[in-house]
Amino acid sequence: MNVLVVLIPISLILGGFGLAAFLWAVKSDQFDDAQGNAARILLDDE
Amino acid sequence: MTAACPACIGATGPAEFAASNAPDAMQFSLPTIHCTACIGKIERGLASQNGVQSVRVNLSLKRLTITGPVQSDAIISAVKSLGFEIYPLDAATLANTTDKAGRNLLIRMAVAGFAMMNVMLLSVAVWSGASDATRDFFHLISAAIALPTVAYSAQPFFQNALSALRKGGLNMDVPISLAIILAAGMSLFETLNGGEHAYFDAAVSLTFFLLIGRYLDHQTRSAARSAAKELTALESHTADRIRNGVAQTVQLSEVAVDDIIAVPAGTRVPVDGVLLSEAALMDRSFLTGESAAVHLNQGSEIQAGEVNLAGPLQIRATAVGEDTTLRRMAELVELAESGRNGYTALADRAAAIYAPAVHLLALVAFLAWWVIGGDVRHALNIAIAVLIITCPCALGLAVPAVTTAAISRLFNAGFLVKHATALERLAEVNYVVFDKTGTLTKPAVHVPENLTKTERAVALGLAQVSHHPMSRALVEQLQTQSPAPLEDITEVVGQGVQGRYLGQEVQLGRGQWLGASFSGLGMRIGDASPIQFEAPETLRTGVREALSELCLPAEVVTGDATEPAQSFAKRIGLKITANARPTDKLERISALEAEGKRVLMVGDGLNDTAALASAHASIAPALALEASRSASDVVILKDNFTALPMVLRVAKATQDLSKQNFAIAAAYNMIAIPIALAGAATPLAAALAMSISSITVLLNSQRMRSVK
Repeated sequence: MNVLVVLIPISLILGGFGLAAFLWAVKSDQFDDAQGNAARILLDDE
Repeated sequence: MTAACPACIGATGPAEFAASNAPDAMQFSLPTIHCTACIGKIERGLASQNGVQSVRVNLSLKRLTITGPVQSDAIISAVKSLGFEIYPLDAATLANTTDKAGRNLLIRMAVAGFAMMNVMLLSVAVWSGASDATRDFFHLISAAIALPTVAYSAQPFFQNALSALRKGGLNMDVPISLAIILAAGMSLFETLNGGEHAYFDAAVSLTFFLLIGRYLDHQTRSAARSAAKELTALESHTADRIRNGVAQTVQLSEVAVDDIIAVPAGTRVPVDGVLLSEAALMDRSFLTGESAAVHLNQGSEIQAGEVNLAGPLQIRATAVGEDTTLRRMAELVELAESGRNGYTALADRAAAIYAPAVHLLALVAFLAWWVIGGDVRHALNIAIAVLIITCPCALGLAVPAVTTAAISRLFNAGFLVKHATALERLAEVNYVVFDKTGTLTKPAVHVPENLTKTERAVALGLAQVSHHPMSRALVEQLQTQSPAPLEDITEVVGQGVQGRYLGQEVQLGRGQWLGASFSGLGMRIGDASPIQFEAPETLRTGVREALSELCLPAEVVTGDATEPAQSFAKRIGLKITANARPTDKLERISALEAEGKRVLMVGDGLNDTAALASAHASIAPALALEASRSASDVVILKDNFTALPMVLRVAKATQDLSKQNFAIAAAYNMIAIPIALAGAATPLAAALAMSISSITVLLNSQRMRSVK
């Protein structure tokens, strides 16, 4: 059970990274044109 | 870029940011774009234009942003030649479009989602048999994650509940807040006392699921708001004022009575005034519904909203701002609209039944278990289980999930839904009233088949310079031709256009002016006898298909004269009322509503505005006047009516799916409530009931995609 002392903080920190990445994405306007971004990946001339 | 010191980096950063948002960024609306190819075509096509620095298409908003020293007219013609509809937007009106509230909700949702995943992870360990010290330890960690999350993420619910309670009422947020706070508080107490059950996962996932619903709801509302803003931006808010012989573009609010205003050809008159130029030809169809252009002489009164069809003219302002005819009409609209605000949305009606019922149920459970069992703590636990398990999240998602799907479905088909309850009202419609001029019909000109190539080229050359609706229609007919090179082109107000072609005098205009025997539109080249163009009003594309598919009784009410109205009625096979003034239209709608009919009004002119606002639901085309668009629930962005019946089908489907969702939520409750009342609901059961019911509701809403 001692392994929990390591594993739980690790899982929280990893989750925290995910949350931080999401907040960064929201703040840098990456959710402003979801449809456009989905379509842009198919453009081959950029 | 290199900076000499760290402070300089800090100093240049914001300045650069401001530059990229400078007012020279132009915005356009592109209602017909729908796919990757459209983005590529427009961005590639415009990037090669002179002066364009950056070009970006936003597919979600169907909007185009351009920066660089380039004229907006050049952009408009370039995009039109690529085959897309384009409308310029006023950047100043759109300036503050960043949606702070939406972002705020999204961040709260992300935090709740993060907390839910971690708490669930710990809860799964507890459910699968962790006991004693391990269980208490896991509960404590859950508490450390869940309590701050609830305090931050659930704030929107707490605020709404508080404001409802202050007014002495109950809304959906009161039971939600109560469930979240009680679940978190009771679980903390249980954890500290080594209790077996903790509901941290329930408190956090409740917050998460409900925030999804709240975010979807916000998205639909803000889409409506930004659509309204976009439409306002289409209208010009400036006027060309002439002082000491110098023309200056000023804000409409700065124009004073007795100012001299210049009105360029083809634009709308910004204020009420008196004509100073010798003569003018005005299109009043927006104000009166009459399709024929009106010929005015010096000294005649001109009302704001009329369109100048001939050469540039000058007026002296007699009424500005709130006093103009246009504004007074808008006030009439606001008055008519206040009646509509009394409409209670389906979700609110559900909340009115749900909120008191669930409180009562929880209270009864608490009292009964307290009296019978004598254990306050156990009784409170059961009451909380009841509050959590009654699935407020499925109920909270039921309507927003469906409306969001429906609105994006309609947006892709070229319809803007502006009002939150519009779809519900549209679903109840059982009678349709149409306006004629500008809505069902548009002016068209029939080009005789035996016209020579030269004659066609001359006609196009002449028609191109005029803003008269007939000339516009003629240009549309002759699109494939190249115009003849003409000299000395002048527009004779109220008569037509004349010029010189290879030394011959050429004219396009009224029959009498050409010296012909007919009175309609004609053309004369040199001394040849005049050629007549027949000008029947044509139906807008898709009107016939739409009417045959509607399957609802319909009629036409128009401000046009009796004779053209009757011939139109024969062609289309609908009952028609001619010579209707704005008040007549309003009365007709009221009369129909008094008969118990739910009327859908479709119209574009200012003369329809009051009727649009008072009808049960209303639809206006994108080119309608600002007042008409703001009075209507749905705006058609395309120049095509074929999809009109689809709006009604989507509205009906929205209502059906919302009701189905409520039924699903109710069914879950019927199973879950007895279990909770019996005291058999564990945190695991609560979590399962909540997740499954929410996901079922969300999936059911996606069936909207299959509505055709």
